[in-house]
Amino acid sequence: MKRQLFLTASLSLLTALAAALSGCKDSGGGSTTEILIGEVASLSGGTATFGQSSHAGTQMAIDEINAAGGLLGKQLKLITEDDQSKQGEAGTVAKKLVSREKVVAMLGEVASGRSLEMAPICQKAGIPMISPASTNPDVTATGDHIFRVCFIDPFQGKVMAKFALSKGMKNVAILVDSKQDYSVGLSGFFKDYFKANGGTITAEQSYGSGDKDFKAQLTAIKAGNPDAILASGYYGETSLIAKQARELGITVPLLGGDGWDSPALVEVAGKAIEGSFFSNHFSTEDKSPRILEFVKKYQAKHNAVPDAMAALGYDSALILADAIKRAGTTEGKALRDAIAATKDFDGVTGRITLDEKRNANKPAVVLTIKDGKYSYVTTIAP
Amino acid sequence: MDQFLQQLLNGLFLGSIYALIALGYTMVYGVLRFINFAHGDVFMLGAFAGLYINKALAPLLGVLPWGLSLLVVLLLSMAVCAALGILVEYLAYRPLRHRPRLNVLITAIGVSLFIEYTAQYLFGATPRSFPEIIPPHNVPGLGALTITSTQVIVLGTALALMVGLRFIVMKTRLGLAMRALSLNPTAASLMGVNNSVVISFTFGLGSALAAAGGILYASLYPSIDPFMGVMPGLKAFVAAVLGGIGNIPGAALGGLIIGVTETLVAGYSQDIGIPSGYRDGVAFVILILILLFKPSGLLGKVEREKV
Amino acid sequence: MIGKYKAQIALLVALLASLGVSLCADQIDEYYLDVMLNVGINIILAVSLNLVNGHTGQFSLGHAGFMAVGAYGSAIVTLELGAQLLPLGTAPAFLIALLTGGVCAAGFGWMVGVPSLRLRGDYLAIVTLGFNEIIRVVLQNTKSDSIFGGALGLKNIPTTTTFFWVFASAAVATYVVTSMVRSTWGRGFLAVRDDEIAASAMGVPTVKYKVTAFVTGAFFAGIGGGLYAHLRSTISPEGFNFLKSVDIVVMVILGGMGSTAGVIVAAIALTVLNEFLRDFEQYRMIVFSLLLILMMILRPQGLLPVGLFARKGKSA
Repeated sequence: MKRQLFLTASLSLLTALAAALSGCKDSGGGSTTEILIGEVASLSGGTATFGQSSHAGTQMAIDEINAAGGLLGKQLKLITEDDQSKQGEAGTVAKKLVSREKVVAMLGEVASGRSLEMAPICQKAGIPMISPASTNPDVTATGDHIFRVCFIDPFQGKVMAKFALSKGMKNVAILVDSKQDYSVGLSGFFKDYFKANGGTITAEQSYGSGDKDFKAQLTAIKAGNPDAILASGYYGETSLIAKQARELGITVPLLGGDGWDSPALVEVAGKAIEGSFFSNHFSTEDKSPRILEFVKKYQAKHNAVPDAMAALGYDSALILADAIKRAGTTEGKALRDAIAATKDFDGVTGRITLDEKRNANKPAVVLTIKDGKYSYVTTIAP
Repeated sequence: MDQFLQQLLNGLFLGSIYALIALGYTMVYGVLRFINFAHGDVFMLGAFAGLYINKALAPLLGVLPWGLSLLVVLLLSMAVCAALGILVEYLAYRPLRHRPRLNVLITAIGVSLFIEYTAQYLFGATPRSFPEIIPPHNVPGLGALTITSTQVIVLGTALALMVGLRFIVMKTRLGLAMRALSLNPTAASLMGVNNSVVISFTFGLGSALAAAGGILYASLYPSIDPFMGVMPGLKAFVAAVLGGIGNIPGAALGGLIIGVTETLVAGYSQDIGIPSGYRDGVAFVILILILLFKPSGLLGKVEREKV
Repeated sequence: MIGKYKAQIALLVALLASLGVSLCADQIDEYYLDVMLNVGINIILAVSLNLVNGHTGQFSLGHAGFMAVGAYGSAIVTLELGAQLLPLGTAPAFLIALLTGGVCAAGFGWMVGVPSLRLRGDYLAIVTLGFNEIIRVVLQNTKSDSIFGGALGLKNIPTTTTFFWVFASAAVATYVVTSMVRSTWGRGFLAVRDDEIAASAMGVPTVKYKVTAFVTGAFFAGIGGGLYAHLRSTISPEGFNFLKSVDIVVMVILGGMGSTAGVIVAAIALTVLNEFLRDFEQYRMIVFSLLLILMMILRPQGLLPVGLFARKGKSA
């Protein structure tokens, strides 16, 4: 009996407390001396390397702008929240940034699944969101306030399929990471374009991120005698896949997407990954002054060569800043329109124009690994 | 046919590692009647210990032939993990010696999570590359089948360790004490066995085996991360149950069966019509089947619960 | 007479209070509202797990699996049958979706409960974990364009979860669990927990009680899952893995297994703590796991163990 009373009391107390503590909704936009920009990144957990890289790039861009005097007479402040690479967390921290911190724009996320969580929240609040690296088409389809500075999976899949066909690879086996929507999407689009243009898929095998042993799948793939294997997952597993493929006597090259981009790929795979190809957003080999400068600055600050995530994080912040400058205000709708009007922006990841679907219209580069380093092969335009 | 043989071999090597980890589970269960959830994480720590020991002793290891290097790294990390295992037992499990088993199980989960997340904090979440101690080399003369020298060494070491364990358990006094303890702790202590010492020794031995498993696994799959022990740990547990928990040869058999089945399912998944991503589920399906039809395991004896 | 219906009155009060707060939800800051809804969902999960782990002594480590079934079940109903159900109104449509999720989860609870009948503590834990993993693996390997969404999961689920739905469900779940425990069912659960062999020797139908506990627990976990799906708008198999199950288990253990009040307090405390400690995220799991170990060694009965409020000399 007493317990029942206790339960009722605590439940009512909780609701009363909640109502009292939370107070009325604040209106009006934040600080008058700073421009608040929110960032959601996976600084810890499974995809920590991507989140940390993109955050490093973004922060560097913000610091540069501030050093040059800021925007509209104010300094920029980047408020970063870690979503721990977890589903569910991205939504909560996005809500926190939108309603508590009152950011005027949102940068993030790298993973499409988590961007999809954030997008409806930003769209509903009328706050523009720019994703640095989410490649799933559905992200920007959420609403007109959602943008991205990278290409989308359909394009990336097409790029590798085009490349494979151009190299005379008619039969390709697919090894997809069924746990990662990125990999599933990429493989799907590769398959569509490849088959539609005369290619044959000899086998379709799958694994899950975190798996270490791929011999079973590779042995089955070997039996089909492909000209190449599409390993559309991230670098962690790809490095092991390459090693094991070579151990099994498979000599054909591997094909992949921007998920390969990490120093750990060559570190773990070593010679096994030599001669394989992957599509990426930019190449550190590019001799253009823009990229050389970016690489130099990043190396000085972080003592490491920037990867694609860092470059994309950098570009996403710069594009946002450029839009703020053009709009002359940080008000939601005007800012959104300014971002949408981005045309031929000179970013480190290419000349970026945002199309009517709010995706970045830009070419992809195909890289190969030679002597333990990335080497530029070709550029494929949309 | 070639493909089938190759898959069989793949499964064999994978299974030998599961067997090694399963041995630790089965030993601890036999003596203490509880499942050490944290065992898979000791496996992970063994791999990381190997990484750091290799880095620290690089100048020394550089001059030794690779066989000796492997031995040094193996023995040192086994020692480190044995010490860790004994420490964990002393701090976390000993105070609960006489409490209900559920409490110990929960503590084990707590220890497992603690090790995983502390490792993540210390080593970072990014997978690290494990050094190549065994030079890569395909065993020649097998036609279409490929076996690497690493795989042979792994199998050989695993077998050697299993034989060593059998020797300790069957032919030494400590082994005798372990067996006595697993039959009846009270009677054992009445016969002069110092239970606490034997339990500590069992933990140490099990942890050492897990560490060895970790290094061998990392040699086969040179990418290590703080959560690498979760799946192999669970599968090894299933292997131990499959073989009959508390039964040492059973654990070895169970490990091999799970390794082979998992590999065959993954390899032929396209033909069966299921995605090869189902390979993780295989171990659990086996677990459910064995618990439904023969809970005492393949080689285990039926234990009647006395009240 | 009022004394006899105290439980029902408490339920009614709770329902009305939730409705009241829900109506002025617009006034509440969105972030805080989000946190409170998370609290409510965790209460449902913790209370339902407590029925299985605490009251019936069956150590289940797969609660997130039932949550997943409920989440996917209700989301699929909303996404696929949304148009057909619209004429009924949003509230009834949502209720139908939630109940579908709950019933599917209950079905899975039955499937898990039956084989686990003969298993003891450790084995049961692993088997339930196994089921959790199997559910996750199966969902993850479905095709991306199927109704299950594959690895990416489901998205664009309408956010129909409001304060009322969450806390009304929490109140109903608490009411059902507490009422069950204080009835003959409860005696059965406790008998199974305390000594299954003795109970069965005394003629207690242990099978019936164990399965009932699983099914009821799973049902409410399913409801919790459905509410979660309609709050977050996107769900994916990864979000319902072993670690999520562990999160819920920690709440139950912290609160005191078998103590409904305790787990509610623990659910609130842990969810709120999680928000406050966002800056120290790296240490969260380290602290949680240490807490688990220390609790087991020092205070295994939990924060608010059963019998804390019992008057001396009276039985529970």
